[in-house]
Amino acid sequence: MDGFAKYLGRRLFQFFLVIFLGVSLAFLITNLSPVDPVEQSVALMTNFGATDPRSVELMRQALQELYGLQGSMLDQYLAFWGRVIRGDFGPSLSAFPTPVMSLIMSALPWTIGLLTLSLVITWTLGNLLGALAGYYRSNLLLKFSGAAVMALHPVPAYIIGLCLLLAFGFIWPILPISGGAQMNLQPGLTLDYLRSLIVHGTLPALTLVLVGLGSWFISMRSLVSNIVTDDHVVYAELGGVSSNTIFSQYVARNALLPQLTGLALSLGNVFGGAVITEFLFNYPGVGRLMIQGIYRGDYALVLGVTTISIIAVAVAVFIIDLIYPLIDPRVRLS
Amino acid sequence: MFKILRDMLRYNVEFAIGFVLTLSIFLFALAHFWAPLPDTAIYLLPPDMPPSAQYWFGTTSRGQDVLWQMSSAIWNTMLFGLTVTVLSRLLAVAVGMLSGYLGGRWDQALMTLNDTMIALPNIPILLLVYFVMRDSMSWPVLAATAALLGWNYDARLIRSVTLSLRNREFTRHAVFAGMSVPQILVRQHLPYVMPVIFFTAMNNLIWAIGLEVTLSVLGFSDINRPTIGGMIYWANQHQAIIAGIWWWIAFPIIAIVLLFLGLFLLAISVNEYIDPRSRLSRMGA
Repeated sequence: MDGFAKYLGRRLFQFFLVIFLGVSLAFLITNLSPVDPVEQSVALMTNFGATDPRSVELMRQALQELYGLQGSMLDQYLAFWGRVIRGDFGPSLSAFPTPVMSLIMSALPWTIGLLTLSLVITWTLGNLLGALAGYYRSNLLLKFSGAAVMALHPVPAYIIGLCLLLAFGFIWPILPISGGAQMNLQPGLTLDYLRSLIVHGTLPALTLVLVGLGSWFISMRSLVSNIVTDDHVVYAELGGVSSNTIFSQYVARNALLPQLTGLALSLGNVFGGAVITEFLFNYPGVGRLMIQGIYRGDYALVLGVTTISIIAVAVAVFIIDLIYPLIDPRVRLS
Repeated sequence: MFKILRDMLRYNVEFAIGFVLTLSIFLFALAHFWAPLPDTAIYLLPPDMPPSAQYWFGTTSRGQDVLWQMSSAIWNTMLFGLTVTVLSRLLAVAVGMLSGYLGGRWDQALMTLNDTMIALPNIPILLLVYFVMRDSMSWPVLAATAALLGWNYDARLIRSVTLSLRNREFTRHAVFAGMSVPQILVRQHLPYVMPVIFFTAMNNLIWAIGLEVTLSVLGFSDINRPTIGGMIYWANQHQAIIAGIWWWIAFPIIAIVLLFLGLFLLAISVNEYIDPRSRLSRMGA
């Protein structure tokens, strides 16, 4: 149990460090940039005709207060942390006066749902295919499916999504290409609504699955083909253990450990792919929210979404770290 | 060097296909120096012309030749990718080798920083940088930002190679002979790390090009400078899919997919060449 406590302590330290550095980085980027967000917002609001200079000055002050941009750099930094902890990023400028936090909170479940589902499918399928391809090296079907997922893997999510969108939205229009669910349906646990959720999520999820499969396939295949030559596997083969048992208990189980670590390491990247996919399919998650915020010059919204995504990814990584000891007995026992 | 290249072209089909694909796309991109019109000029040609003998890939709604636009676009996209790759390699090598060789507290501190960077989501941070820079955003700034975010996976790989070199005999000889740490790292260890650097560079190049395409598709870069993502951005702005100007979208997508395929085939065959175990299994051992 001692080993587990030590492991947990280390992961917890890493977790807080990621959040600390990530939030500080977000603060630094916004503060060291040559562009003043207040002036930018003022310019955005006053470029539709002449505005009274006095009211411009008032607006400037109000915005500075709103964004917490008063006082020295250190004051601002501490104030920013206060806002992060309270979960208060001020009102959104493009959806005034809705608070940024409530916009994010209504978008977050969509992203979490889409990402969790597609990630579980990708990871399971990629590892299964990769492990089989590494174990049965001469199987033609596995070779061909491997070549297909590997060829797709370097292509960015946007291009794959765009091709799917053209294929299933224009050439053979059978799937909806925009939104998270049918507009005229009441959200709830009805069959119609659930079906609409699944149909709308199919293309975004498929995009993320196609983008992700290749890397799991490649690394699992090379892990398995190395483990197959290990002494304990050769010994089991000589001892007459059935090949199914060897595959699942002797080979795949060992190879899954680094793949679980890989899952934690890849989350940051996967999240980026989801941002783009959501925007492309107009999926109502945080990715679309952020890109819309950029187009509309909504400072509070963009900063809020960035900060929350950094924290959300760190939490997800930490959850995977907590699962790891369940699979790897060495962490539990040492 | 040339002998290796010849052997790989002869015996490794993946390498041969990847090499030919990448080389032809590179030559096509190189051709933009001889383009008849400047690549930033708009409305000089009749807009929306379908592919024909005069305009092989048609023209855009902005009155540009798709063929020549693509030529400059691929050049700019590749230039961006290579800049990111070189910059991030420097960082990855420095951090990875120092961490692996020095060990102890240095190793712990550098790798903690490394793992922290890995857990940060790149795209939101890049978007935030673009958002606060806006019009002062140029491609070198974007490339530098991407390089700062793109070294951490590979630093870990390079560290593990250096870690294994650290306790080898020749390292101890070098230390007793009075070589300084930078000398040992550059003269003794770098040759062993080189294959890893080369392999990770290929993957990093693919990642960087993908990043460029993603950001410029959204219009988050210098939109007047032709890039592959930028072409798709303008096509979307002009509703090219709905208007039926398919050639404006289809040809850039085909070009970028071919480029990715070529680079990827090169990357995996180079990796296979570096790792003798997989070379043996290919020969049937």
